[in-house]
Amino acid sequence: MSPKTLYDKIWDAHLVDTTPDGTSLLYIDRHLVHEVTSPQAFEGLRMAGRKVHAPDKTIAVPDHNVPTTPGREDPANMTEDSAIQVAALDKNARDFGVHYYPVSDIRQGIVHIVGPEQGWTLPGMTVVCGDSHTATHGAFGALAHGIGTSEVEHVLATQTLIQSKSKNMKVEITGQLRPGVTAKDITLSVIGKTGTAGGTGYVIEYCGEAIRSLSMEGRMTVCNMAIEGGARAGLIAPDETTFEYVKGRPHAPKGAQWEAALTWWKTLFSDEDAHWDKVVTIKGEDIAPVVTWGTSPEDVLPITAEVPDPASFAGGKVEAAKRSIEYMGLTPGQKLSDIEIDTVFIGSCTNGRIEDLRAAAEILKGKKIKDGMRAMVVPGSGLVRAQAEEEGLAEIFKEAGFEWRLAGCSMCLAMNPDQLQPGERCAATSNRNFEGRQGKGGRTHLMSPAMAAAAAVTGRLTDVRELM
Amino acid sequence: MEKFEKLSGIAAPMPLVNIDTDMIIPKQFLKTIKRTGLGVHAFDEMRYLDDGSENPDFVLNKPAYREAQVIVAGDNFGCGSSREHAPWALADFGVKVIVSTSFADIFFNNCFKNGMLPIVLPQEQVDLLMKDAEKGSNARMDVDLEKQEITTSDGEVIKFDIDPFRKRCLLEGLDDIGLTLEKAPAIESFESQAAQSRPWV
Ligand code: SF4
Repeated sequence: MSPKTLYDKIWDAHLVDTTPDGTSLLYIDRHLVHEVTSPQAFEGLRMAGRKVHAPDKTIAVPDHNVPTTPGREDPANMTEDSAIQVAALDKNARDFGVHYYPVSDIRQGIVHIVGPEQGWTLPGMTVVCGDSHTATHGAFGALAHGIGTSEVEHVLATQTLIQSKSKNMKVEITGQLRPGVTAKDITLSVIGKTGTAGGTGYVIEYCGEAIRSLSMEGRMTVCNMAIEGGARAGLIAPDETTFEYVKGRPHAPKGAQWEAALTWWKTLFSDEDAHWDKVVTIKGEDIAPVVTWGTSPEDVLPITAEVPDPASFAGGKVEAAKRSIEYMGLTPGQKLSDIEIDTVFIGSCTNGRIEDLRAAAEILKGKKIKDGMRAMVVPGSGLVRAQAEEEGLAEIFKEAGFEWRLAGCSMCLAMNPDQLQPGERCAATSNRNFEGRQGKGGRTHLMSPAMAAAAAVTGRLTDVRELM
Repeated sequence: MEKFEKLSGIAAPMPLVNIDTDMIIPKQFLKTIKRTGLGVHAFDEMRYLDDGSENPDFVLNKPAYREAQVIVAGDNFGCGSSREHAPWALADFGVKVIVSTSFADIFFNNCFKNGMLPIVLPQEQVDLLMKDAEKGSNARMDVDLEKQEITTSDGEVIKFDIDPFRKRCLLEGLDDIGLTLEKAPAIESFESQAAQSRPWV
């Protein structure tokens, strides 16, 4: 047999049908659903008199649009249009009989945190969700991609997806990371190097010693942003770290099935001589703590650098960089570590897991946020929140002056009331710094949780290594 | 799904690179549970000033381009979120064709599901069409899907590639779900096989 990549192996194991014109029908093992991109899909099913093909493989949770303040079980405490959307999910989940975690359930949270946490996401699976950050689940060696609402309807109705195969790209991070450098710095640095369209047409497999050394939380952070690099999905081959994380989760296999699963999972790696259409290699030692300066996730620089001169770019990027720098209210040549901020947001499906909260709390222990700063922690799920409370992290955050919120997407996309004001500048652990992403006119700098915590203390973008 | 065969329409130039889905339709408009009516919010932040009035500098607000059906865009159009609200908003505005050197994957897929045609061309050809679009309302571009051709206002013909399956779906207005349901037996046999080989799924 010819050597295969991990992507090839998972693809082949899910192939239902291939047509002569090259499109394939892939079987979908897990379909995650949230309130914003699903109402039109369920409506489509109703109009066509169709059912959900595999309700037991479909998991619904409201996250994008829910408030993160107490009392949210009562729709009266939501804005009217949020309440309508959440009520629609509630009704659709019950009418069609899919697994459902309402806001009142402690297991509710960001869909990409809930899936792995509950053991819905397992190695070798195909996972889809009407959300681009579905790539997160690739950390388990699952082929996971975001889909649009028409495709959500297609998967609901058929449990399959029409796909054409992507090319294979290997991103290797060799060696070890230096102190203060995290999974977030890896994933941002890769995008800084390849650009937001660098992965277009590819599925990325992340490998190398620095990736192997990451926890599952860190791997999820890396894969989460594969989409910012333009890739259809990001993958990491499962190993002992993966199996250890998965074992004992509520929906993970048990007993003999666990053993059978493990046997298969251990075959899920790219063969030695597999063909790669593109290879990117980065030395772990070369990665610094980074921040974004512009309005595209590719606008990444080490915290020790300066705001670039737009003229230093090429092609259409010159105009885009000019526009970014103006929008961000910066001056070329200004030191990144001199940029003062107003707000800190720790959370999102990129960095809202327990390890992220630990890393931020580590920096904040015994310190206070700068006077006048607004800072919030939004745990990725109710269970992450509970664990952080148990570990005493919540106390550290609260004593430092952070708001301690309930789980949801919150200020990552600011659909709920958690928003930046025009001109407000935020150190954020999320994944997108687009214009207006965190609120109209808001300015976002992306970074790791430790860097965001450091910025909260000093009131400016800060090299976390100064506080370590 | 609506068919797409041919179009003769005004093309608007949007040379900015990385036009993301938040620019195409900001999140405050995602709270709808419908597909329709999003056209007035397309490109909201660029299109309207803070007081809600139109920004006269934005291309689609200029008299020559108000009826644009084609967008010629900078690299990596539609990057960002999976929100199908982005193509819904463009389609509702009247845009049927988008030309760029590259598109974000999910956005690209979403277009086809809504009877829209995203066309990928090499840089020089996009540049040429961009110049053509910059001429204003005279710049009627003809797009012929069957022949896979774009004809500029000067009569220059540019060929484009398209996946044959997607071409057929657009030309015939085929419904994906209906097509897949015809394969129900294959899906069922896959499922019974998987129940044996991967019973934990
Ligand atoms: S946390 Fe942000 S990126 Fe993640 S699913 Fe929610 S809105 Fe999307």
